[in-house]
Amino acid sequence: MVKMVEAPEGVEGQGFFATSLDKVIGMARANSLWPLPFATSCCGIEFMATMGANYDLARFGSERLSFSPRQADLLMVMGTIAKKMGPVLKQVYDQMAEPKWVIAVGACASSGGIFDTYSVLQGIDRIIPVDVYVPGCPPRPEQIIEGVMKIQDLARNENLRRRNSDEYKKMLESYNIETL
Amino acid sequence: MSMAELNNENVLKALTDTFGDAILHSEMQFGMLNVEIPADRNLDIIGWLKSNESLKMEFLTDLCAVHYPEQKGRELAVVYHLHSWTKNYRMRIKCFISAQKPEIASLTGLYNAANWMERETFDFYGVQFSGHPDLRRILNMDEMDYHPLLKQYALEDETRDDKDDSFFGR
Ligand code: SF4
Repeated sequence: MVKMVEAPEGVEGQGFFATSLDKVIGMARANSLWPLPFATSCCGIEFMATMGANYDLARFGSERLSFSPRQADLLMVMGTIAKKMGPVLKQVYDQMAEPKWVIAVGACASSGGIFDTYSVLQGIDRIIPVDVYVPGCPPRPEQIIEGVMKIQDLARNENLRRRNSDEYKKMLESYNIETL
Repeated sequence: MSMAELNNENVLKALTDTFGDAILHSEMQFGMLNVEIPADRNLDIIGWLKSNESLKMEFLTDLCAVHYPEQKGRELAVVYHLHSWTKNYRMRIKCFISAQKPEIASLTGLYNAANWMERETFDFYGVQFSGHPDLRRILNMDEMDYHPLLKQYALEDETRDDKDDSFFGR
């Protein structure tokens, strides 16, 4: 059975429906997030299950994985990020077009996890901003889906001007990420 | 010398017969022969093991280092694992060098496999392999300014300030 997304709040009458642009765009974005899986270790395996038929992330509008950052909306970092890989991850983030969201899946991506060691980045938020953290080592697919749904909430309710705000630019600059 | 089958005894005898005092020490560990030789003899002794017709140690299984900070003057062991495919025999060679002057000749002229393994050993222990064609880091970040497996450096990431040391036994 196909389940349709509910229309946002608005004024309805015969032959017309009026609502705010924010809400329509938020709804469209939230239900067509294209994830870029940046899977480096065990948590990536859990993501495969999440994409598989049993859990099926496609139900949430994320059917189309994007292996090019340029067409991706959601960067999913799943796994241990070695410090040597840090610049690669940052470049992938840089190449994504706005609006973009980041989800750190698992203890490693969130904080370095069990790898408190000289070679591992102690959380990807040291180099790129993160919207949602999913705890677990590894998290179950349900948890990953919950994380994606949190991103959907963010996308749905985001102010269209947010990414032009000074606050947002300052935040990116604090990560040494160039803003246009 | 011709040996039908290699074993720890006849390989050790062949080594001591040929190199005499340069075989500084030998022992068996887990059934495998370990021989210590002077660091400045590594090329000629391992070269001989490789080219000798009845030994043919033509395969360099592994090359690595170990740091023993308490052994003054011989803090770094460079360990070679050799394997003779044709004779089905394995052994280990160890050379000790000082941490102040961690230099030893490169084996890249003998085994191509030594190239990356020596780069790794340099990366983690700072051993300078003289004669290596391209001795630079291979696994760690190029910007790293120390050799992380030397024991004076902490294993943990030192930029963290959110951990209570008492929970981590330090
Ligand atoms: S959080 Fe655990 S399961 Fe996930 S990548 Fe790290 S070690 Fe693997």
